[in-house]
Amino acid sequence: MDKNKNSYIFIYSVILVVVVAGVLSLVAVLLQPKQAKNLEIEQKRNILAALKVTPETKDVEDTYAKMVKEIAVDEAGNEVDATDDALKLYVAHTDKGIKYVFPLSGKGLWGPIWGYISLDDDLNTVFGAYFDHKSETSGLGAEIATEHFQSQFSGKKIFDRSNKFVSVKTNKRGASNDNEVNAISGATITSTSVNEMIESCLKSYLPYIEKSRK
Amino acid sequence: MQNKRKERIFLDPIFRNNPVTVQILGICSALAVTVKLQSAVVMALSLTFVVAFSNVIVSLLRKTIPGRIRIIVQLVVVAFLVILVDQFLKAYFFDISKQLSVFVGLIITNCIVMGRLEAFAMSNSPKRSLIDGFANGLGYGFILIVVAFFRELLGSGTIWNYQVVPQAFYDAGYMNNGLMIMPPMALIAVGLIVWIQRAHQQKKEEGK
Repeated sequence: MDKNKNSYIFIYSVILVVVVAGVLSLVAVLLQPKQAKNLEIEQKRNILAALKVTPETKDVEDTYAKMVKEIAVDEAGNEVDATDDALKLYVAHTDKGIKYVFPLSGKGLWGPIWGYISLDDDLNTVFGAYFDHKSETSGLGAEIATEHFQSQFSGKKIFDRSNKFVSVKTNKRGASNDNEVNAISGATITSTSVNEMIESCLKSYLPYIEKSRK
Repeated sequence: MQNKRKERIFLDPIFRNNPVTVQILGICSALAVTVKLQSAVVMALSLTFVVAFSNVIVSLLRKTIPGRIRIIVQLVVVAFLVILVDQFLKAYFFDISKQLSVFVGLIITNCIVMGRLEAFAMSNSPKRSLIDGFANGLGYGFILIVVAFFRELLGSGTIWNYQVVPQAFYDAGYMNNGLMIMPPMALIAVGLIVWIQRAHQQKKEEGK
């Protein structure tokens, strides 16, 4: 058969594409439930990480079910039933008291960054933080996903001395007060992105936080 | 004779005809993933897998592929394999897939994969193509790991995320070389390896 005939090329490419697309969609559909489950476990693991609890993968779900309760609030800070528009947060009963975990999401230098930040029950002191990223530069921006960077957040405050909401910021010159942590050198944009993410996400919970502090 | 040829197919890509240092292919990913040893190893393994199996598939199909669209066919095969692997990792090895996420796209565009398909798999048997793909992946991985070893050691003071430069050094005024983390140093490191290898080979050839 003449392999350079147009009809051969046409039929060949159609068959190739149909076979490849068929196999890939089949695989995607078959593996979908398993992948979704992995993502769910991953999310729970991240929430627990912000609470400084790091169970083995197989224990994540049990630990989560035991410790964490999901609640939702509206923009005025009232507790409401969980709907898609409601702001979600997580209340955890740890052996160090009640902690509040807030989900964070924002954009980094190359792609999305996200994480969770947990506050003590004074809703001011940070208990722990967890960050992850899709594609920040390895060795630079990607360092936000390391223990080394995240552990700095413990004990910091989101309100300043005059009780004004200032969030926790990274500072390139080094942390100088209770509202700052060290930025990552060489990763200015990712560090700034972390600032913006924490501030903007916590801000939407501010009515709830201020209401609960009183 | 037959065995000797097979040996060549296997050993050449690792040293004498290394895809990175001799053919200067796959350089961009070599720059991107060599900051940490761990990501270099994961990338090396994934690329080896993809080159080896896309080589086999293309070799099996080689007599049916129309010459005018062969590059497109090769690309479809590579993309197919990469997505397949990615989906499986996401379902069964979630932790590995998280590390790999950035690199998946890099594998599809890696010149070594297309280069081997075009130069070898299109005109050789599946068995030999498998060996060739495997060896080229290893040759690539070998360079990646060497570069990553030095970049992580000098840039972060760690190996495989373990601190190896003792605290006493830091106390005495030693500092990690921030430049090693930047991409230009990867280029310079690859350049040094190319230099060493070529100088060595030249000596050997002159000695013959």
